[in-house]
Amino acid sequence: MTLIDLANPSRFSALTDRVLPWLSSATLLAFAFGVSQAYLAPDDYQQGATVKIMFIHVPAAWLGIFAWVLMSAAALGTLVWRHPLADLAAKAAAPIGAAFTLMCLVTGSLWGRPMWGTYWVWDARLTSVLVLFLMYLGVIALWRTIEDPTRAARAAAVLTLVGAINIPIIKFSVDWWNTLHQPASVLRLGGSTIHPTILVPLIVMLVAFTLLFLTLHLAAMRNEIMRRRVRTMMMMRADARAGP
Amino acid sequence: MTMNLGPHAAFIVTAYAAAIAIVAGLVAWIAFDRRHLSRMLDTFEAQGISRRSERANEGKL
Repeated sequence: MTLIDLANPSRFSALTDRVLPWLSSATLLAFAFGVSQAYLAPDDYQQGATVKIMFIHVPAAWLGIFAWVLMSAAALGTLVWRHPLADLAAKAAAPIGAAFTLMCLVTGSLWGRPMWGTYWVWDARLTSVLVLFLMYLGVIALWRTIEDPTRAARAAAVLTLVGAINIPIIKFSVDWWNTLHQPASVLRLGGSTIHPTILVPLIVMLVAFTLLFLTLHLAAMRNEIMRRRVRTMMMMRADARAGP
Repeated sequence: MTMNLGPHAAFIVTAYAAAIAIVAGLVAWIAFDRRHLSRMLDTFEAQGISRRSERANEGKL
């Protein structure tokens, strides 16, 4: 099967059926290893055991951003190349990205209360992530509002590309503004500032969460292909009832 | 083997519980959505409605 064959939704569905069991198994194995590593990781010298929240908070934040980047690439696929799977990929990624962004906000608040003394502060990092979450809800609402999938895909693609401006703002907010949120400590010039005993479990959890995202995204894309078929059949039935 | 989560154990446990609930919700939503769509497709096929591509494949067999 060549890459161009994957543009055919039926072939893509068949490939997904074959890949998903393996991907699900890899996800479970990665989580089993990652959670055990997180369990065994030492407490932070300043934060104590609350550092364990980082093992879910950072991967959730990464996937919240990654999903929007993926949707932006898919938006280009929709608007520029009119790839048949691009809008399906974008539509399937939106609720998953929203869920991981919500996870990031909730776990961040629960980490902030004992460390900062507050669940929430309107600093640049927290606010820009909240804006990301609201943009996800906007894209989901747009998909549900416009009935014609082709028109909905184009409108959602434009909104996604406009919203992509927020991604570098999230990343560099801690450098551009004075925030309560700590500066970058994993991906930064000069290397990570996290000790390897905590960094290694974090990387394993990042891999596990990414595999989970890919599994959920492929499954959701397969559902979207089925939804298109259901829509086509509903229209055929309506046409048949309307007569010649 | 027990784990001592210190004075902020409630926050750590709640964060992990929230993460598990969100992932479980996503998995359940995708699984129920698939089941619902499969039933709808089965219903249409039982009514004799099929797409042009499927009819073409049937013709080849």
